[in-house]
Amino acid sequence: MATETLGATAVVPKRKIVSELTQQRARAARLFLIPMLIALAIVAGWPLLRSIYFSFTDASLTNLAGAEWIGFGNYLRWQVLDSGAVRYRGLLVDPNWWNAVWNTVRFAFTSVAFEAVLGMIVALVLNAEFKGRGIVRAAILIPWAIPTIVSARMWSWMLNDQFGILNDLGMRLGLLSQKVAWTASADTAMTAVLIVDIWKTTPFMALLILAGLQMIPKDIYEAAEIDGVHPVKQFFKITLPLVRPALMVAIIFRLLDALRIFDLIYVLTPNSAATKTMSVLARENLFDFDKFAYGSAMSTLLFLIIALLTILYIWLGRVRFDGGDR
Amino acid sequence: MKLKTLLVSMMASVTLVAGVAQAAELSIVSGDTGTGLEFLRGQLDKFEADTGHTVTIVPMPSSTTDQFGQYKLWLAAGNTDIDVYQTDVIWAPQLADQFLDLTEAAADIVGDHFPSIIESQTVNGKLVALPAFTDAPALYYRKDLLEKHGKEVPTTWAELEATAKEIMDAERAEGNAEMWGFLFQGNAYEGLTCNALEWVKSFGGGQIVEPDGTISINNEQAAAAIDMVAGWVGNISPEGNLAYMEEESRGVWQLGNAVFHRNWPYAYSLGNGADSPIAGKFDVAPLPAGDGPDARSAATLGGWNVAVSKYSPDPEAATELALYLASAEVQKERALMQSNLPTIEALYDDADIAAGQPIIPAWKEIFQNAVPRPSAPTQAKYNEVSSLFWSAVHDTLSGNGSAAENLEVLEADLTDLKGEAW
Repeated sequence: MATETLGATAVVPKRKIVSELTQQRARAARLFLIPMLIALAIVAGWPLLRSIYFSFTDASLTNLAGAEWIGFGNYLRWQVLDSGAVRYRGLLVDPNWWNAVWNTVRFAFTSVAFEAVLGMIVALVLNAEFKGRGIVRAAILIPWAIPTIVSARMWSWMLNDQFGILNDLGMRLGLLSQKVAWTASADTAMTAVLIVDIWKTTPFMALLILAGLQMIPKDIYEAAEIDGVHPVKQFFKITLPLVRPALMVAIIFRLLDALRIFDLIYVLTPNSAATKTMSVLARENLFDFDKFAYGSAMSTLLFLIIALLTILYIWLGRVRFDGGDR
Repeated sequence: MKLKTLLVSMMASVTLVAGVAQAAELSIVSGDTGTGLEFLRGQLDKFEADTGHTVTIVPMPSSTTDQFGQYKLWLAAGNTDIDVYQTDVIWAPQLADQFLDLTEAAADIVGDHFPSIIESQTVNGKLVALPAFTDAPALYYRKDLLEKHGKEVPTTWAELEATAKEIMDAERAEGNAEMWGFLFQGNAYEGLTCNALEWVKSFGGGQIVEPDGTISINNEQAAAAIDMVAGWVGNISPEGNLAYMEEESRGVWQLGNAVFHRNWPYAYSLGNGADSPIAGKFDVAPLPAGDGPDARSAATLGGWNVAVSKYSPDPEAATELALYLASAEVQKERALMQSNLPTIEALYDDADIAAGQPIIPAWKEIFQNAVPRPSAPTQAKYNEVSSLFWSAVHDTLSGNGSAAENLEVLEADLTDLKGEAW
């Protein structure tokens, strides 16, 4: 939800309108935008507002219409005991929630960091001229094209401790001294999820970076070569600064995606406290526990946390979406 | 047989009524494991031939926790696509409002079923679902291995541990490196609640929340039981056992890589299937007893039922289907082909079943003494109770705190959840 609304407002360029013609064009643009904005309001705005509204009520799944307003009770409420001690309850003091927030943030930053580096390497390789480049480019996209549920199922068998191929390979090659229960053990559960996510989304990252790489004019490299600049220095002084805008946008897309991760974890390690993320926990409360209002409060906080991180990122990284000054 | 004529006449009368009305298109959900879907399809084909209705199966994930979340969502949204739901024995109190009352439709047949099972599906006088089969787990053991190493079938968990360890070590020394001692369902889901309830109850540690609503889980016997199992993980049970559900543990067992295995009766006919490496090499026994003053062998009561959605566009045809799936005819087929325990008392004396699936007559007593999960006293909060319980157990088994510590926290959490009353 956050992705669309933020993206939509940020894309509108801020330019000083001067001439009559420009004014006319801006009016036309606004007219053309209206259907899109209406669609966004219906599919993103309305559910978002409804979730926020439910988070201030005592709604349950079977009684949505009869929900009553209870203010901030789902977020924080307290009760003074007879002894004078104060007992805090609610989402803001729920250790399960903060554990999920920590899991999500840890997952998002680790996976995106690995994907950025690996994606850059893959993109550099694909940017080079070699025979069969078209086939390799298509092949590398396959993990991204497989639906997550399918690849997560596939990996859960590959990660299985008794008949999984990863353990079998590891044992045969002597890399593992004994079979590892990847998804079962709390120590390796997060690693397992990270491996699958990195495998799956590196191609996406590589593709976006590759698009950026191809925008860089070839003559800069020719000039650098004539001046005898070392290839490593070329990368850090030419490639990296020039590909930065594309890279930053790729990272923010992935970050937004990673912060709302649900499907992969739901299939691989649904109930492990070591990997439970905000979305997984919200779903559990919304549907399994029949605490619809409490789950809505989680969804609302999830939205706020993602929005906050995105704004921070755009501000700190000085990301420009309009492709302006580079 | 009185039962049969009754059923036949009832089916006939229903068919007549339906024959006048238009043939309906029905949908039924099923999260069946093993060859369950195939079996269901076969039964539905017969139903279609008899009534002229068509029935589509909507397959669901096998985890009962996943199924529940989806059904709850559909029912809350008033989904009209699904007519008949297969429901777990524990769901009746939580979904009672969304299903049709079957009291009238089933008035003639409820007397044939075990009263305790009918009672478990009755909420405030409303018969929410009809029983399709009941379940009580068994201890599966490899009789060939016990014989080879000169061991008896264990009757206590301590004996099981010792026997499992000895045979496992001996088999591994002989080059069978994949061999394990004992397998159970240790993933953090409803199945772990079933397993752990058995351990706790077998040690005389109560049943988490007692029928009167008292929270009893924080006691020494319960802690001793869970600590015992925590000691098995990585020892006689693989560490990966903490991620197994029924089908994963059955997979390892059926490859012949375990001495003992806890599972529901459905694994019996699959284990004896034509392509099974362990066919004829195993047998079943009641689960072992624990240690302590109230120690006993304990089995968690399971079982599946059929319920009719109140949003079904064709409730009459859907009720007809539910009655058919709960009928003696289908239950007998189910017993013979799937080794699922019937809920109709007369079938336990059936000669065909005794010959084809000897586990079933032997299991009558075990499921009659089975321990129910605390879904009745905790009502709509059962899912959260169960989730808190399995999390505490899963934490202990993964070495994250001792049982005593985790159970103390669990008791506090349950007390909070209970509030004034369940």
